[in-house]
Order: sequence, then C-alpha cells, then structure tokens
Amino acid sequence: MKPGHLEILKSAAALALVAIVGTSLLTGVNKLTEARIAEQEKRVILDQLGQIVSPDLYNNELQLDQITFQDDLYFPRGQQVVAYRARMNEQAVAVILKLAAVNGYNGNINLLVGINENGSLCGVRVTSHKETPGLGDAIEIEKSDWALAFNGMSLGHPLADTWAVRRDGGSFDQFTGATITPRAVVNAVGLSLEFFAKRKSFLFDTPVELISGKNQ
Amino acid sequence: MSTADYRQIFLDGIWHQNTGLVVLLGLCPLLAVTSTVVNGLGLGLATILTLVFSNLAVSLARPVIRPEIRIPAYVLIIACVVTVIQLLMQAWLHDLYRVLGIFIPLIVTNCAIIGRAETFASRNAPLPSIVDGLATGLGFCLALISLGALRELLGHGTLFSQASLMFGELGSSLQLNLTDDHGGFILALLPPGAFFGLGLLIAGKNWLDARHSRRNERQNISAQVPG
Repeated sequence: MKPGHLEILKSAAALALVAIVGTSLLTGVNKLTEARIAEQEKRVILDQLGQIVSPDLYNNELQLDQITFQDDLYFPRGQQVVAYRARMNEQAVAVILKLAAVNGYNGNINLLVGINENGSLCGVRVTSHKETPGLGDAIEIEKSDWALAFNGMSLGHPLADTWAVRRDGGSFDQFTGATITPRAVVNAVGLSLEFFAKRKSFLFDTPVELISGKNQ
Repeated sequence: MSTADYRQIFLDGIWHQNTGLVVLLGLCPLLAVTSTVVNGLGLGLATILTLVFSNLAVSLARPVIRPEIRIPAYVLIIACVVTVIQLLMQAWLHDLYRVLGIFIPLIVTNCAIIGRAETFASRNAPLPSIVDGLATGLGFCLALISLGALRELLGHGTLFSQASLMFGELGSSLQLNLTDDHGGFILALLPPGAFFGLGLLIAGKNWLDARHSRRNERQNISAQVPG
C-alpha cells in the first residue's frame, strides 16, 4: 500500500468513528424520549380537540378514531382532511374536521371545525396561521372571542345565503382592517357544514382501518 | 489558562465579538424568532446548550480529527448535538417546542457554531472550550432577548407574554403589560421590523463603545498633562 493511501484510510476511519459515536448517541436519546414525545403529542391533540368537544360528551379514543380523506370540491387544493369522531357508547356525538382555509391573506389557515351529530357547530378553532399579527390574528381564541360566534351555528342558522362576512352581505363580523382573513375562515367553515350535510354517514361510519385516499 | 484569559473569553463572547451584534453570524434565527422575549430566550438557551456541547465534543475529538476531515466531522457533531437538544425539548418543553420547532434544526446552519468549533474549540482544551461556548452563546442569547424585548414592547406593548410556554404556570404571572390599551405597532412584529430593530441595537452598541473609548482617551490625555 502506498503511504498516501494509508493516510486516506486513517482519515476515513476517524470520520467513521465520529459518525458511529454520533449515531449511537442519537439512537440512545431517541429511545429515551420516544414514549414521552408520543405522549406529549397526544396531549396536544386532545387539548385542542377538548376545546371543541368536551371530554364528558364522549368515551372513545378520540385521537385514534380518525379517518383521512380528500375532496377537492369542498376542501380545495388537494388537502388531506382528518376527521376525528367523538362517540358515546358507540353512538356518534360529533365529528372534528382538521382542515385548512386556503384563501387567507398569507398561506393556509389551519382549522379545527367541530360539528355536532345534528349538524350544528360545536366549535371552531384556528390551530396555526401566518396572517398579519395584530390584524388577522383576531381569529385566534387567545386574541379575541371572534371564533366563539360560530358556536351553535348551522347551515340553516344563519341561512345559507348569508353564510358570509358582513362585507359580503353575510351575518358574520369581520374585524377592523382585515376582511380577507375572516372571510377565508367563514367560507371554509361553511363548506365543511355543506360537506357534513351531504356525507354525514361517510364521516361517521367509515371504519378507521379503511383510510380512504381519494373518494368520489 | 489564567483567570484573566477566561475573563477575556467572556468579554469577547458577550460584548466585543458578540455573534449577533458584531460578527453578525446566525442572523436567520436572530431575525426570525425574535417577535417576543420568550421566543428569543427559548432559542437563545437552545443555542447556548448547542455551543457548549459542540465545543466540548469538538475539543475532545481533537486527537481523532485530522485537518482534512475536520469540516464534515464538525458538521456531524453539531447536527448530533442539535438533534439531541431537539428531542429533549420535544419531550420536556413541548409547548415551547411547538413555537420554536422549525428554528431548532436551523441552529445547525448557524455559522456561529461551526465558527467557534473551527476557531476556538479545535485549538483549545475542553474547559476553555466550554467557557467559550457559554460566553458566545450568552452573547447571542442576550442579542436575541434584547431584540425580542424591543419588538414585543413596540408591537404588543407587553414583555414576557406567553412565558407559560417555558415556565409553566409560574410564567403566566411574569407577563408585564406596560400600557392598557396598546394599539400595536405592527411593523415591529413584521420581518422588516426585525431588521430595523437589529440596526438600532447595533447602532446603540457602537454608540456605547464610542463613548467608552472617548472617555478613556480623555482620561489618558489628562493623565499625560503634567500638573
């Protein structure tokens, strides 16, 4: 072997040693934290879902009783909608849709829309968005009560043709300086209700195992 | 290393060679997360931890690492340290992680960290390297906190809002509302506000330095004048 080759081999061995030590460290820490991270993520989902459907109203594993589907007509831009089903003793109580309002001011507005079995809204929450701070962010429950106005609303209340923000002749408040953000949320919630009206049995009865890619 | 040397390391890291305000490395996280004090503090602490452990690891690995493989080796070490910190945060500070999540992996790309590995830790024993990491990290953390405070104060009229993300229940009592009805100066919260704020901080630091050196000069002159 030429002396130069030996040097190269030594370098390679040193780099390999660093990689092996690093990888084993990561494997160890991953093993150590795995369970706790999963637990934390479950807590976050349940916290969010719990704001919409009170934990007293269902007794199934809400975060596991979910299906994922697509429907370009109601949930545009090919988004994957997740539906969590709340049940009390196998009886459907409510469904919580995790979806995005796509026509906000800046990127997607991620929403949780809770719909009671009777078609009325049990709650709407914004989970994340990039709307203008101080203007569009009044959609967050931490910033204002705006999102609470949806509670108890349904397709007939207000009537379907006034399911829009005031600026568009509808019955939902926009807020000063921001019309686009609330309009996007109101429209997305309206579309969710229409989807629920049409496909209620699909939402509640599709078994968990059958995670449908594309339906229709 | 003598005490004076450690003192010098600290002064350089925190003031004279401050990563955020003088060397201007790691601007991406600096500008991106500093909309509130708590965000700045969170990323600052994560950066301090990264710097301390990556400096320690680089310093310990000196006998193994040869000059021609040092850069890939440092990148590996820093990436490992950051991933470990990310996993630990995800497990124990989950709410803060959800706010800072996407910026934690960005620490890997913070040139300040590989810079300290290359210019300091690769040439010094473990203890001074740890001190250097701590000092540089503290300097960066202070820059993050100052910029966060400036922007939060102007933008929201508060300080330490959402401190509960970091300190739990205890944190919610930390929030200071400076004005009752603050209209909000949105520019401070938007990305351009981060640049303006950073500019102001750098100007402020230079002004302090200039005043300090003028004073020293004056003292020197008056000391030289006899009588």
